[in-house]
Amino acid sequence: MSALSFAVDIGWGTTLAIKTLVILMIVPATALILGYTFLLKMMSHMQSRLGPMDPGGFHGWFQLVGDGMKFMQKEDIMPAEADRRVFAMAPMVVVVSTFLIFLVIPAGPDIVVKNLNVGVFYALAVSSLSVIGVLMAGWASANKFSLLGALRAAAQLIAYELPLLLAIVGVVIQASTMNLQGIVGAQSTGSIFGFDGLGNPYILTQFVGFALFMIAAQAELTQTPFDMPVAESELVAGYMVEYSGFRFLFFFIGEFGTAFAFAAIAATIFLGGWALPASWGLSVGLMRFVGPAVLFAKIMFVAFLMFWVRFTYPRLREDQLQALAWKVLIPIGLLNIVATAILKVAM
Amino acid sequence: MSTTNPPLPEFDIDPRAFRTLADAQMGVELDTGDMILNLGPQHPATHGTLRLVVRLDGERVIAADPVIGYMHRGYEKLVEFRTYPQITTLINRIDWLSSFANEVPFIDAAEKLMGVEAPPRAQYIRTILTELSRISTFVLFLGEMGLQVGALTPAFYGFRDREHVVNLIEAVTGGRFHPNFNRVGGLKDDLPWGWVNETRTVLKKIYDACDTFEDLVAGNEIFHARTKGVGIIPPEIGAAYGVSGSNLRASGVDWDLRRDGAPYLVYRDLDFKVWTHPDGDSFARYWVRLQETRESCRMVLQLLDALPSGPIMAKVPRIIKVPEGEVWTEVENPLGQMGYYVFSKGATGPFRVKIRSASFSNVSILPWLLRGVFVPDVITILASLYFILGDIDR
Repeated sequence: MSALSFAVDIGWGTTLAIKTLVILMIVPATALILGYTFLLKMMSHMQSRLGPMDPGGFHGWFQLVGDGMKFMQKEDIMPAEADRRVFAMAPMVVVVSTFLIFLVIPAGPDIVVKNLNVGVFYALAVSSLSVIGVLMAGWASANKFSLLGALRAAAQLIAYELPLLLAIVGVVIQASTMNLQGIVGAQSTGSIFGFDGLGNPYILTQFVGFALFMIAAQAELTQTPFDMPVAESELVAGYMVEYSGFRFLFFFIGEFGTAFAFAAIAATIFLGGWALPASWGLSVGLMRFVGPAVLFAKIMFVAFLMFWVRFTYPRLREDQLQALAWKVLIPIGLLNIVATAILKVAM
Repeated sequence: MSTTNPPLPEFDIDPRAFRTLADAQMGVELDTGDMILNLGPQHPATHGTLRLVVRLDGERVIAADPVIGYMHRGYEKLVEFRTYPQITTLINRIDWLSSFANEVPFIDAAEKLMGVEAPPRAQYIRTILTELSRISTFVLFLGEMGLQVGALTPAFYGFRDREHVVNLIEAVTGGRFHPNFNRVGGLKDDLPWGWVNETRTVLKKIYDACDTFEDLVAGNEIFHARTKGVGIIPPEIGAAYGVSGSNLRASGVDWDLRRDGAPYLVYRDLDFKVWTHPDGDSFARYWVRLQETRESCRMVLQLLDALPSGPIMAKVPRIIKVPEGEVWTEVENPLGQMGYYVFSKGATGPFRVKIRSASFSNVSILPWLLRGVFVPDVITILASLYFILGDIDR
């Protein structure tokens, strides 16, 4: 099932080139979309200000592109004490983990780069690669603030991998598959106690899982209230403090690209992904074109929730964060799995 | 330059010594060393250039040492070379967020030495402006505290709502931050037309802002988790370090110079409550300031209702010469107890002035307070003590 097989039959080399190009484009593009929509405009309006209004003419839509150009012109500063090669590699490791997530997210009946049978598992596995980049950045910067930030990030990302996985296990049990297309299909054709008007989006039947996933994703993305690794009022910018110019841009793209990727995972496994309920009777041919738009709308809804929380809440403390993960989220996740399994067998 | 190395000195070394040395080295390396972290002088949480040398074990603070003086401007010396009317310009800049409140005690001291008393209308306007600068300082704090514990949005609300008050002060004095409006014996100008009604409107907005902050910040569970039980100042320790103002009242000490000190301005005519909180932690300091903002609004409303008419300037000579003598005035500033000890030798300027600023004493408790807390708590405690660098370093 290749990405463009529905259009024309082209060679595998061309397909691969197109896929690579799309994936390379999608991360900066999504970072721009989220950064502009939420960081610049939504946050500004929540804080009774306008945000950028001039660049590009319409509500400052060009601001982030301009910022990106500015970052490219900046001097590439590297601390004298830094471990130069590790320092240079760290941002790339972070961004690569973002690229890898997008490989398995389906945007239509056959618009997916690689339809893996263990899609969910793969997505979560590669998403946690970024912690290596963060640790590298913090250690190589030869800065105490960076080091504190990186160690906090490592502890936090490891602690929140578990609730993230446990939240998804319920969905996997219900859908009986780890394939993301399979999960989308199960939601589209499913029914809730015989009512199939909405299909079975797992946000309704796996609400606990959804809440767990969103909280854990917020921590994975190091967004408020779990943004201790970058805590600007204590650690200034944590592991990013020594980065400037293009390398900082990489971190920025990584941050927002990953936010988009997590929103995409949540939209796919809890909100039905690109599909609309099968009972609505839309043809597969139509969904090839409507599907990406449907997915995008769902992603933006999930991202809105994430950023709404980010701009509203204060930050927890490191020990409170760990306590929340191990004492609250993981037990709830386990109970959720047990309950789901019992219901799955009983019904 | 000789090309040969100097001959090695000959030692009779016991080979066992090396082993012992290596063991000792091992012991050092396997020990977890402390890390010394410099917070500041350039750090977003220090409101300026306070430097905090913190010794850390992991994230826990073993010892903390504030280093001050990066902003020392030598006002106590500078005022010796200036006349009394010129000095208000300087002392405005001590606590730059509530400049007007700095002027009042100094002018009060000069008036006491000269035996002049400002007319009632001037006293009322002074009190109103002092309370307005208190409101502007506290409203900013209410938002700023949110920012320091990680919530971005309240800071913008704080700046937005302070703007209304700053505009009011500007309308009267012409200066947004440094009014320089007090004169020995009265004020520079009277209130502009329509100002009283405008103030009532703004006070309504501040009331609403306080409700917002109570919901958004003080009512937030994460904020509770971050501030309750953090940085507890027991009343006797606080008093021993000279902590004053809202910080001390948050420890349950019912002490407010507006009510308990020597009478100044027209606070004796007002009906107001002194808010205290029994806990003494960071949350209590936030809560007390929140209540005091509301209380200040009530006080300004009372003052506006009772504003007398009449002159705003007493009869004073054109060239102000203060007779010989010395006087101590202390007032309740937004940040705490502020005092001036003015020593005059009968010239146009003071001979010596000692400035007692609140923040200097408030941060002196930091080494005691910061032992054993986590790094994020350091920021919470700094934010909740609410100091201004100009007020520490003068």
